[in-house]
Amino acid sequence: MLEIKKLHVKIDETPILKGIDLKVNAGEVHAIMGPNGSGKSTLAQFLAGREIYNVISGEVTYQGKNLLDLSAEDRALAGIFLAFQYPVEIPGVNNTYFLKAALNAKRKRQGLPELDAVDFLKLVKAKMAHLKMDEKFLQRGVNEGFSGGEKKRNEILQMAILEPHLCILDETDSGLDIDALRIVAEGVNALRSPDRAMIVVTHYQRLLDYITPDFVHVLAGGRIVKSGGKELALLLEEKGYSWILEQDKHSSFVAGASL
Amino acid sequence: MTGSNASIRELTEKSYQYGFVTAIESDNAPMGLSEEIVRFISFKKNEPQWLLDWRLKAYRQWCQLLENEKEPMWAKVHHPKIDFNQIIYYSAPKQKKQLASLDEVDPEILATYEKLGIPLREQAKLANVAVDAVFDSVSVATTFKDRLAKVGVIFCSFSEAVQKHPELVQKYLGSVVPAGDNFYAALNSAVFSDGSFCYIPKGVRCPMELSTYFRINSANTGQFERTLLIAEESSYVSYLEGCTAPMRDENQLHAAVVELIALDHAEIKYSTVQNWYPGDENGKGGIYNFVTKRGACRGKKSKISWTQVETGSAITWKYPSVILQGDDSVGEFYSVAVTNHYQQADTGTKMIHIGKNTSSTIISKGISAGHGQNSYRGLVRIQKGAENARNYSQCDSLIFGNQGGAHTFPYIEVKNNSAQVEHEASTSKISEDQLFYCRQRGIATEDAVSMIVNGFCKSVFRKLPMEFAVEAQKLLGVSLEGAIG
Ligand SMILES: Nc1ncnc2c1ncn2[C@@H]1O[C@H](COP(=O)(O)OP(=O)(O)OP(=O)(O)O)[C@@H](O)[C@H]1O
Ligand SMILES: [Mg+2]
Repeated sequence: MLEIKKLHVKIDETPILKGIDLKVNAGEVHAIMGPNGSGKSTLAQFLAGREIYNVISGEVTYQGKNLLDLSAEDRALAGIFLAFQYPVEIPGVNNTYFLKAALNAKRKRQGLPELDAVDFLKLVKAKMAHLKMDEKFLQRGVNEGFSGGEKKRNEILQMAILEPHLCILDETDSGLDIDALRIVAEGVNALRSPDRAMIVVTHYQRLLDYITPDFVHVLAGGRIVKSGGKELALLLEEKGYSWILEQDKHSSFVAGASL
Repeated sequence: MTGSNASIRELTEKSYQYGFVTAIESDNAPMGLSEEIVRFISFKKNEPQWLLDWRLKAYRQWCQLLENEKEPMWAKVHHPKIDFNQIIYYSAPKQKKQLASLDEVDPEILATYEKLGIPLREQAKLANVAVDAVFDSVSVATTFKDRLAKVGVIFCSFSEAVQKHPELVQKYLGSVVPAGDNFYAALNSAVFSDGSFCYIPKGVRCPMELSTYFRINSANTGQFERTLLIAEESSYVSYLEGCTAPMRDENQLHAAVVELIALDHAEIKYSTVQNWYPGDENGKGGIYNFVTKRGACRGKKSKISWTQVETGSAITWKYPSVILQGDDSVGEFYSVAVTNHYQQADTGTKMIHIGKNTSSTIISKGISAGHGQNSYRGLVRIQKGAENARNYSQCDSLIFGNQGGAHTFPYIEVKNNSAQVEHEASTSKISEDQLFYCRQRGIATEDAVSMIVNGFCKSVFRKLPMEFAVEAQKLLGVSLEGAIG
């Protein structure tokens, strides 16, 4: 579904991603972990089409096409969804209105008729019930005055309604209380399917207790320095990142020597 | 923004869709201004002597103001000095005889209004909105007159009111905005040609929205209309005003005066969607909109509420105000002003608290894009006798890019210690984060911009009558097309 090859990305003149290789197939869940400032959100936002980042070199294909040719809105309409680390507030824009506009934009692209207000409300209310979200959030402005955890839950609500093909979750677990974490994880698991892929950025094993990943990658200094199965996350939980970074130093020294 | 540039260009080019000219013969006064012209206008309109005298007095006051260079200079707007002798002060579509019904209105004019979305013909009239259509200097049609007459509401052109209800006109004309109030009000008082008149009798809740639709058509003409609205004791009226003009390279002057009078327990809601031609993207052409609007809450517990959405004009100079005379009276001002390209707006309000327990609310939302300059200028004055007066003001600015400007000039004068005056202001940039968030959800840039801006203006839009609110939202979208790209 998604293939990233030797991707280098900069912001202004500062390189942030320094050679990422990653292949994600339909049905898979990939967890990305790594120290603060290593480039996880950069990767997530870059994939979603944020224009403040520029490609230095490399390729990204999504569903067989060059992803980098598409604008942010076209990527969204092609099924890429980013649950933001810091969802923004849009004051005065009704949450229901926003959700409906997003869903209808997608339906329009698919050649489907727009959903009317009644059918839409039915759909939203059902999804909200799954996420144990109070309906009063429908009347509020988009994320306006939402608590940190409420914002994250709202992201998952949007995801559940838009039913994307590639879900990128950027630290959706941070800011959630213990119950909310379980509920949100259940919401995410409900979306797991053989034709959908997920990239889950997190710092903590506890999310991965609920959402079992097929692969775990460690992103450090703008590169994936280690990949493994779900047991890698447990190892990280226990030992932290330093040992990997040490290993990586040696291997890049060796790699450098071979040049 | 990949992919969206082409469509933005497309949209900007079609952006002002009312810029057409109607080919019609008109009856013009010679260019320039003199006592003769004032007499000419008064004669054309078959006015009584007292009104001619009133105009002439205003004309002399205006000459004095001109001589002493009293054109208002304090507004933060720039324009070349206006040559008042290069303007035609009276232009009326030629018509053969007195009209007996709407069906006799020139089909060209009816077609014009239809094109503007204001059907005047009997079969197609807007449901539940009575319209007075003012074309250049004269009112060409008023709909639903009969139905309004049944409940005693008078709604007609100003000229007709002068003929049929001279006692009401004489009693109230200039009682809120005196002829010599300011430079442009004096000019208007001398040469005003038409406008709307509205009278709501005691205890009547006007059964429909009343509206005036102003259209400038002729070249080189100024439009100087006068609106007078009187709400008797315990009456209610909601009044709407819309306007458009052709696209022309020269600037055209529009200097209107609106006077509102609310007696005991009466309520007037006055809404404007101003969409005069704003000039092109290089700042060429457009209307100079220099307008004096003022309401007097004369009666106790009376209420006047101004809501305006100002998207058009090259320059907007306008301060709809309320004089809170009656005890417990309420004044409100809700405004959205947009400037794009090289538009300039200096707009706000004056709330003059005189009576006891009077309260006023000011909500102003300024949006500047391109090289637009947008200023809020407002005065809150609490007079000595205004025991327990309250005011709440909120002025928010939203800026696109970094070439435009947003300014706030709040003036507060408090002469009574029991007053509570609260002022809040904010300035924000439309954020890249918000736009990206919307686009990440599949919402196109243009739609996202209009969504964010509409959210910003929500507290004002919710004050507009339903159909107008929808119109205003669309208009805002159109005005800001090309603002991001
Ligand atoms: N505008 C900018 N100019 C220069 N550097 C930037 C800019 N924006 C982000 N960065 C840097 O890019 C690096 C990667 O940031 P990113 O947000 O991707 O990290 P992260 O892995 O998501 O971290 P966290 O775990 O804290 O969320 C950081 O060092 C950050 O300071
Ligand atoms: Mg991050």
